[in-house]
Amino acid sequence: MVTIFNRKAAAPDTPEPIEKQVLSRRDLLKGGTISLGAILVISGSSIIHPEFAWGLETSNLKPETMATLIQLARDIYPHDHIPDRFYAIAVKPYDAKAGEDPKTKKMIEEGIADLDKRAGKGGYIGLGWEDDRLAILRKVEDTPFFQTVRGGLVTGLYNQEEIWPLFGYEGESYSKGGYIARGFSNIEWL
Amino acid sequence: MAAPFDLKDDSVVVIIGSGAGGGTLGNELAQKGIDVVILEAGARHEYEDFTNNEWDSFGQLAWVDKRTTSGDWRVAKDFPNLPAWIVKSVGGSTTHWAGASLRFQDHEFKALTHYGKVKGTSLLDWPITLAELEPYYAKAEDKMGVTRTNGIAGLPGNNNFKVLKAGADKLGYKECHTGNMAINSAERDDRMSCQQTGFCFQGCKWGAKWSTLYTEIPKGEKTGKLEVRPNSMAQKIEHDKSGKVTGVLYTDKDGKQQLQKARIVAVAGNSIESPRLLLNSESSMFPNGLANSSGQVGRNYMRHTTGSVYGIFEKPVHMYRGTTMAGIIRDEARHDPSRGFVGGYEMETLSLGLPFMAAFLDPGGWGRSFTSALDQYVNMAGLWIVGEDMPQEDNRITLHKDEKDKYGLPIANVNFSDHENDIAMRDHAYEQGKALYEAVGATRVFPTPPYPSTHNLGTNRMSEKAKDGVVNKHGQSHDIKNLFVSDGSQFTTGGAENPTLTIVSLAIRQADYIAKEMAAKTI
Ligand SMILES: Cc1cc2nc3c(=O)[nH]c(=O)nc-3n(C[C@H](O)[C@H](O)[C@H](O)COP(=O)(O)OP(=O)(O)OC[C@H]3O[C@@H](n4cnc5c(N)ncnc54)[C@H](O)[C@@H]3O)c2cc1C
Ligand code: SF4
Repeated sequence: MVTIFNRKAAAPDTPEPIEKQVLSRRDLLKGGTISLGAILVISGSSIIHPEFAWGLETSNLKPETMATLIQLARDIYPHDHIPDRFYAIAVKPYDAKAGEDPKTKKMIEEGIADLDKRAGKGGYIGLGWEDDRLAILRKVEDTPFFQTVRGGLVTGLYNQEEIWPLFGYEGESYSKGGYIARGFSNIEWL
Repeated sequence: MAAPFDLKDDSVVVIIGSGAGGGTLGNELAQKGIDVVILEAGARHEYEDFTNNEWDSFGQLAWVDKRTTSGDWRVAKDFPNLPAWIVKSVGGSTTHWAGASLRFQDHEFKALTHYGKVKGTSLLDWPITLAELEPYYAKAEDKMGVTRTNGIAGLPGNNNFKVLKAGADKLGYKECHTGNMAINSAERDDRMSCQQTGFCFQGCKWGAKWSTLYTEIPKGEKTGKLEVRPNSMAQKIEHDKSGKVTGVLYTDKDGKQQLQKARIVAVAGNSIESPRLLLNSESSMFPNGLANSSGQVGRNYMRHTTGSVYGIFEKPVHMYRGTTMAGIIRDEARHDPSRGFVGGYEMETLSLGLPFMAAFLDPGGWGRSFTSALDQYVNMAGLWIVGEDMPQEDNRITLHKDEKDKYGLPIANVNFSDHENDIAMRDHAYEQGKALYEAVGATRVFPTPPYPSTHNLGTNRMSEKAKDGVVNKHGQSHDIKNLFVSDGSQFTTGGAENPTLTIVSLAIRQADYIAKEMAAKTI
């Protein structure tokens, strides 16, 4: 196995860092690899983010479906300063759920297929402008598929402790003695 | 006999629920030498077990057993199975609560007299007056260590408060301060002072905030007269042929059904479970449920007219640092119909952490309008509106026709629709909140819809006449002399103030009454 990326390993509960995955540079370069937009690369059952060292393996959903889910997650809750891997973590549980529950699998696969169909040639992920993708989402926002994905993201995305600092939220404070000596009343601009 | 008590001991007072009402009543009775068993559906988590994490804490403490909703309130759409955000744990919702402790105003005890017959409401005067309750308010404030009473200093203002205060000054509001909080501003009652951790809603890990969990309950237990049984869900109150209650059927920690005999039963399960229990206790003698000859059990459900306003500023606020409810403006709490509604409202700072903000800022919202707000989380300040809502007969708790809990008993449905007075008040408050933050330079303001109800009131209301309500002015049921209601469901009307200080005051007063009547052998 060839190590493709050798950067700092991601946090434990983030998707598998690429070096752990059974995947070679050759795999990546050979014909079966599709490039999705500019960000995600799919190879076999894996989604690779070539620029930042993480990848995600799917076992029950099609990898293309997972890649589109990640884009969908970002389109629902777009934060330009939040890297893709957090969106990937948020939607990753659907792969396991799809394995346990055929209904979930069907809903997700069909939901994504519907987005692709509405988008036409190139599929949902091929639409370069967010506005074009949003035009599609506004048409499906009342479907159980959309509402399930959106609802799941509320905790799936925002309850990841690793993203809190990216919003400036400091999280747990008891172990640090609260804020009594750490700026609870330090506002200066008023 | 010393606690723990025998199941067959029919001399005990059985209290259902260990929150603000039940926990207080239990301790007060135990201090008078009366034997008490508290049945509490939730587990016992001590304060060191609390966690500074919103969803984890919610999972640990909140009542998540299924309920259903109906009516035109937005909660029914956004949180169809979570009408209320309250607690199932020893200490009840006093583990989650923020600590704001305000007395009702004189006119609020006489809502019908002062507001008149407002169309579509079931307004009524309380059978007690402020003057009657004042000595008990004073006792409760001392017990709970409420700031700005009993010579206790106010808490220092955090950043969120400073923004509120600056806005209040700009708008000309006169009564704005860091509140009357049941949070220690200095060590008191063997509990330490507030460390400004900012997780008041998750249970105060320092014990600085009053909760029955680590004040009333251990104090009562120390007398040897109080036994608290956690993981014990009351299912039915039993009665004899004369109609007196005789005991409580409950499921114990091992899932076994038990019957605890009782001389007196006091229901304090909060305003959804208390009426549910009375309704589920129907019998051939009381086919409509216990204490329900008036048909009022479960009706007149109130939840306060609430809403929040969050403002975004150019520079950081860090509102989540320090006490969650860090200050108050009371100027709008007056009754002044010239504003287009009866009754009044309070404005209190509020902060949510990022995970709860994502869930509650605009439930169901998505896209950049939503996310660009969260992107400014650090620059946000927030306030909560709490105002008097109108009692309406059809806002009510009923038993679900089909759905049952794991013990086979019908679950509760919560039906609620805003009265036009509620809407007028909320709109007024949104405007004031918006103006307040804009006056200090907010670039964007969010009128945020009500969260699932934290204040649940009125479903076993007090009334002078038996036909108008469920209990008398001591919380004693009109129909059954040895059956009491000891929580917020007794409220005849809601007032503008957060309810807990009043619940605790009523429980202290009720304990005096129960002790007196027991001594006189009338119950
Ligand atoms: C996040 C939050 C913030 C709040 N902030 C404030 C505030 O700042 N100021 C204020 O005044 N109020 C506040 N409140 C409201 C306050 O917590 C409640 O008004 C108060 O605790 C209600 O007291 P209670 O005795 O009616 O019920 P609770 O305190 O809810 O206690 C009821 C108990 O009964 C138990 N129970 C229910 N049914 C059964 C059964 N069948 N068998 C056995 N046990 C049962 C429950 O598990 C629970 O422990 C807040 C509430 C929340 C959730
Ligand atoms: S801010 Fe104060 S009262 Fe609130 S949890 Fe922290 S220490 Fe307790």
